[in-house]
Amino acid sequence: MSEGFFDILWSTLLSTLQDVVPIVAVLAFFQLVVLRRRLPHPRRMIVGFGFVLAGLALFLIGLEQALFPIGETMARQLTAPEMLGTLGAAGEIDWRNYLLIYAFAAAIGFATTVAEPALIAVAMKAEEVSGGAIKSWGLRIAVALGVAIGVSLGCFRIVTGTPLPWYIIAAYIVVIIQTFRASKTIVPLAYDSGGVTTSTVTVPVVAALGLGLAASIPGRSPLIDGFGLIAFASVFPIMTVLAYSFISTHITSRRTRRIQRGSD
Amino acid sequence: MFFESRPIYPLVQQAQRPVVKRLIRPLIWSLRRLLVSLRDLAPIILVIAFFQIVVLQQPFPNLAGVTVGLLCVVGGLSLFMQGLEYGLFPLGDTLAQSFARKRSLLALLSFAFCLGFGATVAEPALIAIAEEAAKVASEAGAILDDDGSRSSYAFNLRMVVALSVGIAVLIGVLRILKGWPIHRLIIGGYLLVTLMTIFAPPEIVGVAYDSGGVTTSTMTVPLVTALGVGLATSIRGRNPLVDGFGIIALASLTPMICVMAYGIVI
Repeated sequence: MSEGFFDILWSTLLSTLQDVVPIVAVLAFFQLVVLRRRLPHPRRMIVGFGFVLAGLALFLIGLEQALFPIGETMARQLTAPEMLGTLGAAGEIDWRNYLLIYAFAAAIGFATTVAEPALIAVAMKAEEVSGGAIKSWGLRIAVALGVAIGVSLGCFRIVTGTPLPWYIIAAYIVVIIQTFRASKTIVPLAYDSGGVTTSTVTVPVVAALGLGLAASIPGRSPLIDGFGLIAFASVFPIMTVLAYSFISTHITSRRTRRIQRGSD
Repeated sequence: MFFESRPIYPLVQQAQRPVVKRLIRPLIWSLRRLLVSLRDLAPIILVIAFFQIVVLQQPFPNLAGVTVGLLCVVGGLSLFMQGLEYGLFPLGDTLAQSFARKRSLLALLSFAFCLGFGATVAEPALIAIAEEAAKVASEAGAILDDDGSRSSYAFNLRMVVALSVGIAVLIGVLRILKGWPIHRLIIGGYLLVTLMTIFAPPEIVGVAYDSGGVTTSTMTVPLVTALGVGLATSIRGRNPLVDGFGIIALASLTPMICVMAYGIVI
């Protein structure tokens, strides 16, 4: 910690506040001017709001102190040409030389998604609303698997240099086919989990990986090829969540059928 | 502070319990919360440790700082989750119920728009991406290469994204009221994205795709989700699971469309 801890604490708290003030202003305006109804437990809600604010700031400080520097350095070191052993074959890019990158991308994509606070919130709500039929932990694992697949495929795309829209549009087609086969209750949740994954924890590490990879491969521009990993990370979770629901309903229906057959 | 973390509802019974029990229960509760956060963070720690030690074969830099940082992360995540159950989720529910009772479509829709706009306009990640996009655009020659036109480009882009999120939340709320199936909206949106990708200038496509993911911040997601689910619960004939979710999905789709439209117009 080169800077003073309290300086960092202060600046992070300020930027979190900057993010929150417009929301609070909108809430307060509608509550006081339009609805004109007293909140049922004002003290508890304000305390809860404070908890969220303080928790988020503390979370971000910790990430910036502990995880992001290592994650970013690691992404840079892993994508360095010396590490990959591709220095000799200049100009010739063989995608098989980058297996380690795909593995790292999948692992880090999975791990950061499991810790994503916005996803935790949605999963908590989904478990509550579905009366426990959708397990919060199962949903988060499904989303994390989707991000893992998406990010490592995105790295493959950067290595091979194929155009981004092809992948995304192909993924959309798969999602549309799955939508028509899935049960109606899971579809909105699956679409939501696509947008939720790419937030506080995942974006910085994944973006660093993409930029590092694009910079180390000859012929790739960080500006054009470095971005787009985020788009991968937000489409593939939709597929895995739909697949998760398909598999879990399949298993439950088979089990109930077996029980019914047993009781006959 | 952790005295607050006992469960909310059985307050009456708790007042009659012996003092020791009243002190110990919240303590166990917050301990459990900390353990859950630790479990959520275990994968990141394991992945980084594995690649650092086994693959890169380097020692951990600044171990003390990293440990302090990790403690902050665990504590912060626990506080955040406690605050969700305490403040944000009930707040979203209450707002949804009051709007449903007020029966004013105009009030509800303008609230939805303002919430989406307000949540996005000051988002730090969006500010960063808009500046990046302005740099790309000036290098590509789409706008003049000076600070003034760059910053006005970045500002306009931010406004476009914030407006599009406001519209998305508005459509999302309208969908809950009307009970439209979400997949039609989303698939229609996908088709529009595909179509616009063909016509948009290539340098804006990457930015547009990324702006979709950036807009849904950690603060907005719980609030919007609670609002949607609360609305679907308090309106007769709507199922919270089928109708309550989906606003976030719209909010990450419309920015892509609007940013590409902005790129075509400019």
